[in-house]
Amino acid sequence: MNRAETIKFVEDTFIAKKEFPVFKAGDTITVQYKIKEGNKERIQNFQGVVLQRSGKGENETFTVRKISGNIGVERIFPCSSPFIEKIEVNKKGVVRRARIFYLRGLRGKKARIREERV
Amino acid sequence: MTSIYDANGKNIPCTVIEAGPCVVTQIRSKEKEGYDAIQLAFEDKKEKHTTKALKGHFAKAGISPKKVLAEFTRFEVGHMKQFGDVLKVDIFEEGEFIDVVGISKGKGFQGVVKRHHFHGVGEATHGQHNRLRAPGSVGASSWPSRVFPGLRMAGRMGGDRVKVINLQILKIILDKNLVLVKGAVPGSNGSYVIIERWK
Repeated sequence: MNRAETIKFVEDTFIAKKEFPVFKAGDTITVQYKIKEGNKERIQNFQGVVLQRSGKGENETFTVRKISGNIGVERIFPCSSPFIEKIEVNKKGVVRRARIFYLRGLRGKKARIREERV
Repeated sequence: MTSIYDANGKNIPCTVIEAGPCVVTQIRSKEKEGYDAIQLAFEDKKEKHTTKALKGHFAKAGISPKKVLAEFTRFEVGHMKQFGDVLKVDIFEEGEFIDVVGISKGKGFQGVVKRHHFHGVGEATHGQHNRLRAPGSVGASSWPSRVFPGLRMAGRMGGDRVKVINLQILKIILDKNLVLVKGAVPGSNGSYVIIERWK
């Protein structure tokens, strides 16, 4: 085995595969994230626009941005995180870039993203 | 390096090390060489790339030529292996702590801030100009009229033998001889390291 194969073998062995719906930058998604408080476990929803997907394989992450009380909040989730319960795609957006960081500088009506017509 | 998730769902960075199979190619004894040690060999290499002297050395142990030879001293004589024994990762246990020795990555010619953790001036104020990362004074004047040996200065950095102690073994894959070690180890990707264990 060469190096890349070895790393891939280890990742395949120890990291559980997760099935998610297809989503990309510009889409609005809801991430159901498990939170442990003491012995209790509850699910927190994080809904927002996907800014980017980054990395590949088991190291892939995605960034979700939402506006919470007039303050922009961004959160980066690893795709292979065991705490992600489910991902729902609420809206398919039309954007021309794979990473839409320009959204950070826009507010209100300007920060709208055109919805994909199915 | 890669990362895995532990039982609590925490993402833990880890290094994958292929540890074995290693063959005992020589046993050094107090009577003959003056100290107790065993010599281990790892990873095959082509016979045409092997010198005659080493060919004879490997032929004595009855194995094909190997790339790396390393000597291990300071172990209890009772744990000593026999000539020609094959060591695999099953000598380790999950959760135990090991030391890893490697040759660190070469950094080239570096200044004192990176090489010796000098603080530099810090800010571009207090009157000076373009001396932010300078080492400062290297000593007094007419006495001693020289710079003391061993004064920390700029120079070649990296490429040293470095030992990282107390790294935890997270997982062991027996059939592929792989060890997953928590954290980073010295050296570039694909370099050779020595794993030591103190019990």
